[in-house]
Amino acid sequence: MRFVYLLLSLTCTVALIWVLNTRWQVGTTKTPRIGYFLSPQKGFWQNAESVSANFNAEIKAEALNGKASVYIDGRLIPHVFAENDFDAYFVQGYLHARFRLWQMEFQTHVAAGRLSEIIGKEGLNTDRFFRRLGMVYGAEQALAASEMDSSMKNAVNAYAAGVNAYIRSLQPEQIPFEYKLLDYEPENWSPLKTYLFLMFMSFDLSGRDVNTDLQMTNAKNYFGWDNYKKLYPNVMDSLDPIIPKGTTFSPASFRPQTPSDAAIRFFGKNDSSVQQSAKNLLFNVPTPDAGNGSNNWAVAGSKTKSKAPILCNDPHLGLNLPSLWFEMQITTPTYNTYGASFPGSPAIVIGFNDSIAWGVTNAGRDVMDLYNIRFKDELKKEYLMNGNWILSEQRQEVIQVRDEANLSEVVPITQYGPVLYDNEFNTPDARGLTLAVKWTANFANAGMKAFYLLNRAKNYKDYVTAIKNWTCPGQNFVFASKSGDIAIRQQGSFVAKWKHQGDFIMPGTDSIYQWQRMIPMDENPTIKNPTRGFVSSANQKPTDSTYPYYLGSAHHFPLYRGIIINRKLTGSNNITPDDMMKMQTSNYNVFAEMARPVLLKYLDKDNLSPVEKKYIDLLETWNLKADPQEKGATVFSCIWDSLENAVWGDELAGSKLKLPVPDSYSLLERMLKGTADFMADNITTKDKVETIQDAVLTACRKACKELEVLEQTGKLEWAKRKDTYVQHLLKIPSLSRLHLPIGGGEDIINATKSNHGPGWRMVVHLTAETEAYCIYAGGQSGNPGSIYYDTFINSWVEGTYYKALFLKNEDAATGDQIKWKMNFIKN
Amino acid sequence: MKFLVVTFLTAYLGYAIGVYTQMPWWSFALSSALIALCVQQSKISTFVSGFLGIFLLWILLAFIRDVSNDHILSQRVVSILGIGSSSTLLILITGFLGGMVSGLAAITGYHLRSSAKAILSFNLE
Repeated sequence: MRFVYLLLSLTCTVALIWVLNTRWQVGTTKTPRIGYFLSPQKGFWQNAESVSANFNAEIKAEALNGKASVYIDGRLIPHVFAENDFDAYFVQGYLHARFRLWQMEFQTHVAAGRLSEIIGKEGLNTDRFFRRLGMVYGAEQALAASEMDSSMKNAVNAYAAGVNAYIRSLQPEQIPFEYKLLDYEPENWSPLKTYLFLMFMSFDLSGRDVNTDLQMTNAKNYFGWDNYKKLYPNVMDSLDPIIPKGTTFSPASFRPQTPSDAAIRFFGKNDSSVQQSAKNLLFNVPTPDAGNGSNNWAVAGSKTKSKAPILCNDPHLGLNLPSLWFEMQITTPTYNTYGASFPGSPAIVIGFNDSIAWGVTNAGRDVMDLYNIRFKDELKKEYLMNGNWILSEQRQEVIQVRDEANLSEVVPITQYGPVLYDNEFNTPDARGLTLAVKWTANFANAGMKAFYLLNRAKNYKDYVTAIKNWTCPGQNFVFASKSGDIAIRQQGSFVAKWKHQGDFIMPGTDSIYQWQRMIPMDENPTIKNPTRGFVSSANQKPTDSTYPYYLGSAHHFPLYRGIIINRKLTGSNNITPDDMMKMQTSNYNVFAEMARPVLLKYLDKDNLSPVEKKYIDLLETWNLKADPQEKGATVFSCIWDSLENAVWGDELAGSKLKLPVPDSYSLLERMLKGTADFMADNITTKDKVETIQDAVLTACRKACKELEVLEQTGKLEWAKRKDTYVQHLLKIPSLSRLHLPIGGGEDIINATKSNHGPGWRMVVHLTAETEAYCIYAGGQSGNPGSIYYDTFINSWVEGTYYKALFLKNEDAATGDQIKWKMNFIKN
Repeated sequence: MKFLVVTFLTAYLGYAIGVYTQMPWWSFALSSALIALCVQQSKISTFVSGFLGIFLLWILLAFIRDVSNDHILSQRVVSILGIGSSSTLLILITGFLGGMVSGLAAITGYHLRSSAKAILSFNLE
């Protein structure tokens, strides 16, 4: 009997440990190993950082050349003082890992198509997509190019060594929280991962055409070229471009030739090209947010109170925790820079140094095109080009899937680039076509050198030299210097395209549809010290129609933020940094300013019920500001959305394929010109031809029904309607910050939408002693168990800033403002 | 007295095996079983002292972390696990699970002891 008891109790013990040591499937996710996760000595409790934690440390590393000191201020901003470049980037890598390791690795796993290794088969579509897009291939090209450049090689290697030094120092129980939750472990960092991260940024900022080119092609096929042009016009009457209108450009050094058969093969309806039924349909293509953009501007001393230039920048990207941004200062004997860095990459990306300040906005130029490939057979080894069969390169991709067998597939690489969509992997929008991607990000892209050099730039000449290295994604680099210069340049490797080239899927069997040449960088739109005393960009079209190259579909260029920024700057003098902060956080809606009068003009108020009139009153008395408590902002937004739906919705619904909704300017500019009856007819009513007046009335009535529901649920105030949140990368609500009472929105300088917006804001006053103000929607620590995880979010919501502690030299690192110190010593 | 000493020893060794070794989270089961193998107690006392040793240890460790952390992380975790909003409950669950493993391990040690005795006495006969 005794042995039976022994066996029984042993079995029970082992069984309980097994249960507590196993990940259990619950719904679509798996639980952590609960015993491990809850163990106070190994699990998540170890990540519960004391609110009075001490960040002093002494780090010994063999890789260092000398010693380095890191002074950490009360906001957990590190100020790095190193004796040389290698040590500076080693320390930066160490610090990024110390505070953001999980995020760095997770983001680069996603970029590399390795999400399935972490979350299992749920990640497969994303992984296949990114691998077929050539993200790894592109990163490898960039890495190979950087190996040729000793300063970049040094920087990226030092950074990786720093990250790995931190990873090696970790005891198993010290790994970040998310590793324990998902039950995996950090792996070594490598220079390739830095380039994978930058590929991800390239995708986020120039990758929309993986989807929009498909939908635009479908729209062209459905409506025909003439109606397509009217629905998605390339001319914007109210455009206020980056380079002021009337600026003269030198003639193009190259004129691309439109293929002679383009009228039929490109602009014609070519629906017949549907080739085969495809399997593994991707219904949600990972498409970058259409709102990815930014504001930046610089005002010259002639317009400021202090007579010193002021530079401002606020990039608009997804709002995530841990934040994309990490604030820090890096100082060596040769330079001293401060600003926002990317965990995953060396250098400061947006910031300033002792002499200059710089910032970026997205250029939005079309640098990604899809080519329709004809393979000889299922093997996809040979494809047709000018009547000959050409061999494709075969790239083997092996995706490791957690708890399942590996998935292995061959991705053919054509002379355009990798085959993204084919019969093995497709999306309904691509109609079974075999499409290869041509994308400048897949060229050897050593653009990080631009930031490396900007960190050290002293004047305009250095700035121009620095940014010439930048190829993809195209950016508007704004610049200001203490010597008084201001400038902006649209920088990147852009394609000299014939008009509309690449707006739709292109024939891939004929080399005449290939990109013919790149635009020489000297011909990129640039302006220095304009007479108006400021430069600015807000992702709008960079120039008017006199620029001698085709800029791409206007669909990629938001129009309205540029108008309000230029208007405000034109009207301002004696500007102070405080004015600039007020401007960056301005909630004034210039789109509504233009749209409200025509809306009301076309609205027959006599036909409205008293309840409907009440909402229209709210609209009429609205101050045009999208402030958190404004009800008028909600009314306007509901009515406008409803109007677009009333005008376009019926026509778009006629297509079996998903078509892009025309941009707001398309309808507004027609209303302003009095030509908005175009497609205003509701094609589902056969007895009547509706006018824009009818559409406005229908739209208002529908919107008022929606507004009533919103009012009943207490969501009539704009911030409640918009419901902004900053989301953890794993989309876990309790690790996110939800329901933030912040105003702003689309077409507004404070471009804060529901999960997207100006995550980093910076104002730099280039007086003798640089005065800078920064804020970002996050916190320095990536640890959800740290008090520094979301420290800045409340201030960010309120629209306040922190004055940056920009230490002139190490001797200045004294006093109350420095809380902790890390010493890095050569071992 | 013996009960208290065993409880303390269970906690102490459970703590030490976590701190000084890189063994898995459940390695205290070995020390708890070992103590029960070496020290004779009634079956009930064996289980309760085994349970209490790790229950109290884990509660204490989690409590110290939680208080110094102002409950930031425990609040997030209860929400992820979907078990209400009480940090105290999470600490109690933590302690209970550790305690159960330890108690069962101790019982295993107890039966190992009596089985070993039986073998020894059988051999002597």
